[in-house]
Amino acid sequence: MSRNGALMLLVSAVVLLLAPYFIESKFYLDVLTLIFFTAYIGQSWNVLGGYAGQFSFGGVMFFGTGAYASTILLTTFGVPPIIGIFAAIFAGASLGFIVGYMSFRSGLRGSYFALITLAFAELLRVLANSVEFTGGGVGLFLTYAPGLHNIQFDSPVGFYYFSLLLLTISILIALWLERSRFGAQLAAIRENQDAAEALGIDTLRCKIYAIMIMGGMGGAAGTFYAQKYLYLDPPIAYSISLSVEMLLVTIVGGMGTVFGPLIGAFVLHIVNEITRHFIDTPGLSLIVYGVILVVIISYLPNGLMGLFKSRSKASDDGGLGPDETGGTSKDA
Amino acid sequence: MPKIPYFSTTSRRKFISRTSATIALASSGLSIPMIARAASPVKIGLIHPATGWAAYPAAQLRYGALMAIADINARGGIKSMGGAPIEALLGDSQTKPEIGAAEVEKMNEAGVHALQGCYQSAVGLASSAAAAKYNIPFSIDVGVSDKLVQRGLPNVFRMADGYGRIAKDAANNLGEINKATGSKAKTVIIVHEESEFGTGTAKLMTAALKEHNLEVIDSIKHANPTRNFDNVALRIKSAKPDIIMPINYPGEYVLLAKTLRQQRVDFMASYSVLGGGFNFKFVNDMPEIAENMIDVNHWYNPGSAAGQAMRARTEADSKYFTFEVYCAYMSIMFLADGFERAGTTDSEAVNASLAASELEVDFMPYDKTNMVNGQNMGSRAVAIQAQKGDVQIIAPSKYASANAVFPRG
Amino acid sequence: MLSSTLTMLPAAIINGVMYGSIYALVALGLTLIYGVLHIINFAHGAMLMLALYAAFFLFRIFSIDPYLAILLIAPASFVIGYVLYRWGIGKLSKGKDQNILLITLGLSIIIENSALFFFTGDQQTVSLSYSYDALDLGFLFLSYPKIISFVASLMICALLWALMSLTDLGKAIRAVAKERQGARLVGIDVEHIFAVTFGIGIACLGAAGCMLLPIFYVDPYTGNVFVVIAFTIVVLGGMGSVVGALLGGFVIGITESVGGLLLGESLGQIGISLIFIIILIFKPTGLFGSRV
Repeated sequence: MSRNGALMLLVSAVVLLLAPYFIESKFYLDVLTLIFFTAYIGQSWNVLGGYAGQFSFGGVMFFGTGAYASTILLTTFGVPPIIGIFAAIFAGASLGFIVGYMSFRSGLRGSYFALITLAFAELLRVLANSVEFTGGGVGLFLTYAPGLHNIQFDSPVGFYYFSLLLLTISILIALWLERSRFGAQLAAIRENQDAAEALGIDTLRCKIYAIMIMGGMGGAAGTFYAQKYLYLDPPIAYSISLSVEMLLVTIVGGMGTVFGPLIGAFVLHIVNEITRHFIDTPGLSLIVYGVILVVIISYLPNGLMGLFKSRSKASDDGGLGPDETGGTSKDA
Repeated sequence: MPKIPYFSTTSRRKFISRTSATIALASSGLSIPMIARAASPVKIGLIHPATGWAAYPAAQLRYGALMAIADINARGGIKSMGGAPIEALLGDSQTKPEIGAAEVEKMNEAGVHALQGCYQSAVGLASSAAAAKYNIPFSIDVGVSDKLVQRGLPNVFRMADGYGRIAKDAANNLGEINKATGSKAKTVIIVHEESEFGTGTAKLMTAALKEHNLEVIDSIKHANPTRNFDNVALRIKSAKPDIIMPINYPGEYVLLAKTLRQQRVDFMASYSVLGGGFNFKFVNDMPEIAENMIDVNHWYNPGSAAGQAMRARTEADSKYFTFEVYCAYMSIMFLADGFERAGTTDSEAVNASLAASELEVDFMPYDKTNMVNGQNMGSRAVAIQAQKGDVQIIAPSKYASANAVFPRG
Repeated sequence: MLSSTLTMLPAAIINGVMYGSIYALVALGLTLIYGVLHIINFAHGAMLMLALYAAFFLFRIFSIDPYLAILLIAPASFVIGYVLYRWGIGKLSKGKDQNILLITLGLSIIIENSALFFFTGDQQTVSLSYSYDALDLGFLFLSYPKIISFVASLMICALLWALMSLTDLGKAIRAVAKERQGARLVGIDVEHIFAVTFGIGIACLGAAGCMLLPIFYVDPYTGNVFVVIAFTIVVLGGMGSVVGALLGGFVIGITESVGGLLLGESLGQIGISLIFIIILIFKPTGLFGSRV
């Protein structure tokens, strides 16, 4: 990263850290918290989708499983969420391993892989509805008890800092991917998996690590949500709309970039708020939102980060479909 | 000689109203200081799922609330606060608890004095909890989970029933109807949707029905959404229950009813509890299917002049008179009454005033309001039946507008 | 309870086949679009919803029977699909797959909320004069709308199969699906073929909407109810295969129905996800997948 870039980063970090002191409005703090949360979970998608080039449509499964893990530990065994969150991370990563192993071992790539993640998420949703220990369709209720050990705060400031913490960790993970050998291996897999394999990279292992990171990150997000909103049921835990949201903010922001998910989350949330502010009629504001979305993608095919970067990287098609040049194969 | 202009009826009316306005203004000129002290509005925030699968109920809830606000303002607003008008702030929860909670924060910053919402219990839970941080009075217009009023929050109130009391009412009403015909019905099959609403209500019903010698021989859980009910219909047909009890959302409610008819399933009555799809629209659109179906739900009092007037108004606006309309209206009345008696927007005082409310809602079949831990004990759900294209209350007998047709014709 | 469950098995299977034929129609559009253009159309559900509304309004306002409405809606859908791809999706996405994904997503948001804005969120159903007439099979009543939908779906599948296998257009489509560059090289107008395929896919949705309306309901969000099932069928049957979509539809329909019978209508849904996963792991090209 350039010196200018690092300086900008430092300034932004300080601004965000001190924000609660000069932002009086609890509402804006809450908005920022939601943006950070979305950016964080978008970054988890980015690890597997942007950096490793494996699109997924079922990312919510890590969120839901993590949320259930820490919540069940809390409601059944009284384990405080500050510890439970690690169980959630473990649960998410384990699920990532299972799904990754089954899918990647069978050689699934591209849209096939994306679809199988959707199938897993749906499977978990149906199961969660029928199993006793998740509360079934009734769901799980958490009691309001502010305290750090509970990851509950009586003011939005607490949740703001916690989400900022999660966001920072996710950015550090992305930075690490940009610089590490592991990240370079993922990039090689993204550009051309067969070539990477030929170069001696254990693509199966790398991809499984990537999905485990995604899973662990997602799990923590689940705990955060459960502690903030105090209710969990299968439609919330395994909702397709969260899977869509994580890929949406990342692609709009810029896949495979450190700040893509954050920028995407920011811009899309602002657009949503502004359209709602000016347009009262239900539906109309979302039509405008949809149009703006289409416009952004049409003119910025590399996402919003494309505005900042020059196209130094060779552009790739993300591996979702068959590459015209015969690159990333979609065939399994 | 000046020509006397010919006034058409409309322009005569306008002339008269303008004249009286001038006179009014002139006389009020004597009390200009009072007008100059016009009270600042009492702000009530409405949080509903305006976009998403529950958009229609949300639109109905907003309609009812805004109608109530317009009526109260037309009558002079909150008189104890100098005639302060009520101002509505509209919020869209987008069916998500986190967005509902965020709307609460936004409205709090906008200086809201009370909140109303949210149709979905999950959103209601999150939103009212967010409001509790600032002690903002929160009235649940529609939301049946009993958890809403069991958290010990002093700012949360609900005028209508939760599923606990509705289940009891439903069982009592069914027992009453059944006894009146010599207790012909003995067995019940419940068909319920899978989430808290359906599962929770089904459990309560199973227990409550036992006390009336009605046995639930099967409780069929189904997904949201369900694409087809053929197997369910066949299952019911082979079990031959006397009563079928749907507890689900509108789409599935109607599909199930149609399928039961298609499969020629025979039963004494369809007796739903909080049947999402039972309303004037259903009775209007599908009269042969709806005929003699019974539901236990929030319902207005058709024997009251106010109720009939509200229905007429709603239908004149080309809308169906669904329960969301009058539940929202009643909730606004409740809040307004709270402000009226408190005489201030101070949340502590208003919450105390709401807790002590003895409001009588003439268009609902309710007793005087009696808030216990935030739940109105004067509320009740009534049994309604589709009869010849209209809907009648058939139980409890105090409010019945017609006799029950049971077994169905 | 088990014995009564077993006696209901034949009925469950027949029901599964009936519904499966309609699922197949929804999947047919998707398998063509996915198989030839290799794009995942996020707006598939929203477009199905539009077809349902179209059939609904034709019935409400002009009293046109939904099954006859196919003759109007299918061609209209084709045109809309062609135009939408040629001068919309095709142009805007500049060929990048993830952008097509997001553009179709944006499209679905626009379509859904336009429906909400113009039609309100209220659910609409139709009752035909023969909605409750049925064929009495003894253990099951087969309502006429279901029978008509079944037959019509089969006919449309057959028509499409004939189109794909026997006509020059079909050959061109299959060529483009197999080898885009090569097709271009032999003079096939690939963009036009893409648009035609997209149009055909949307036309299938149009027909599916007409079949579904009498036995389901419509609101701005109903399309989504069928999308995941459609994807499962596409993968099960094999991308681009018409026969695969039909048979896949039957398999999924039966799985859903029998699953519901044996596991309950809530847990029974699991059969669909399980089949999806199993097929993807063991035979991702599906039953009739065209590639190794």
